[in-house]
Amino acid sequence: MTLPSSAIAIRGLCKSYGKAEVLHDIDLEIARGATTCLIGPSGSGKSTLLRCIAFLEEATRGTILINGQPLGFEEQPDGKRVRVPAHQIRRVRSGIGMVFQQFNLWPHMTALGNVTEALVTVNGLSRAEAEARGMAQLRRVGLEARARHYPSELSGGQQQRVAIARALALEPKILLFDEPTASLDPELTGEVLNVMRDLGADGMTMVVVTHEIGFAATVGRRIVFLDHGRVLLNGTPGELFAAPRHPRLTQFLETYLDRGAAMLLKPA
Amino acid sequence: MSFDVSVILGALPAILSGLQITLGIWLASTAMGAVLGFVVAALRHFGPQPLALALRLAVEVLRGTPFLVQIFLLYFGGPFIGLSLDPVPAGLLGLSLYAAAYFSEIVRAGFAAVPRGHVEAAQCVGLSQAQIVRRILVPEMTMLVLPQAVNMAVILLKETAVLSIIAVPEATATISAIGSQQYAFVEALFLLAVIYWGLVEACGRAGQALECRLSKFRFA
Repeated sequence: MTLPSSAIAIRGLCKSYGKAEVLHDIDLEIARGATTCLIGPSGSGKSTLLRCIAFLEEATRGTILINGQPLGFEEQPDGKRVRVPAHQIRRVRSGIGMVFQQFNLWPHMTALGNVTEALVTVNGLSRAEAEARGMAQLRRVGLEARARHYPSELSGGQQQRVAIARALALEPKILLFDEPTASLDPELTGEVLNVMRDLGADGMTMVVVTHEIGFAATVGRRIVFLDHGRVLLNGTPGELFAAPRHPRLTQFLETYLDRGAAMLLKPA
Repeated sequence: MSFDVSVILGALPAILSGLQITLGIWLASTAMGAVLGFVVAALRHFGPQPLALALRLAVEVLRGTPFLVQIFLLYFGGPFIGLSLDPVPAGLLGLSLYAAAYFSEIVRAGFAAVPRGHVEAAQCVGLSQAQIVRRILVPEMTMLVLPQAVNMAVILLKETAVLSIIAVPEATATISAIGSQQYAFVEALFLLAVIYWGLVEACGRAGQALECRLSKFRFA
């Protein structure tokens, strides 16, 4: 089987909560082996879109293909949308790793315990083999020395790096990040962004919801700008941030006082 | 008339046997109540709707009526529905059910207090519903509810005194009987208060020590 060119293909995706539709008819292709950044004002639907890709939210309409495989729902030839079997959902989902804004480490397990949990409980690896693999992932995020520490004994940046190692342990093809540095002190965001940069350089397919415009501009191969639940812009950082810039994007960037965004605004 | 506790202490073997029964019923009903309470909370959380409603009703009745009335009804009313129990089994059953009602509410609140994101993180790495309960929810919830659970254990210890009215030979029944015999009722109740208070203090200290030990497993 040849892999389709997109790691993630989103077609006609809509998501409503009751009567409020937060995503309107999203069509989006996410390239393999590259970092795609989702940016936009709060309430634009970027986190909801990411959570749909992680299958933490079920889209109301439309389909998502992960490496060509339907995630959760499948469109039949007659246009009817049906749920795919649970084991298939789990299989497709296992190719996706998720990193959260709040880290969401399990507080009763050590860093290594967090990383090895699914390897042992889900994949049925022996503890020794799981720990060997877990240590390798912790080494990758530079936290080998903290393996036996509990989350409460780690800084926010370290916790987030453990969370990244936990997601990596299952060797996913795609990593999703939901505002991974938003709850970190400014001096701790760097260490997390560096890990993400390295992953991007290694060719990991990443989708990053972020407010770090500087990171998006430098690491993002593509930038998707969402506004009011629609994809307003989709292009390379060069295309999006260079003048003439879309007025809505300019307005959005002006609300950002961080250095990354200021740097982008100057030449325009 | 003088205040002399030594009159009561003369009957030490009887006092110790009463204490033994109090401790036994307390520990057994706390353990059974905690286990049953957990099962009830889990069934209310994950079970079918009609069962959840029935359990909720049972919990409301047990929490909404005095334990004194419950134990009377169980012991004296039980025979009408073919449930004739000796005092100790009746006390054990009654106190366990009473404990289960409260423990189920504590556990329910505990489940609700585990951050949703911790469950989502587990879903994302492929844990099944049962695995999430076993590996994530139960350990995290246990940490969160520990203070309330210790508090409940303390309340249960004191509620064992109510069992004296159905003639369970526990500490209150035994010691107050000795007091009556020796015409030293105040001394008897004073001694009883000291004993209960000592046990409650010990239980509280044990709970604190446990919380301290577990504190690194939880977030501030």
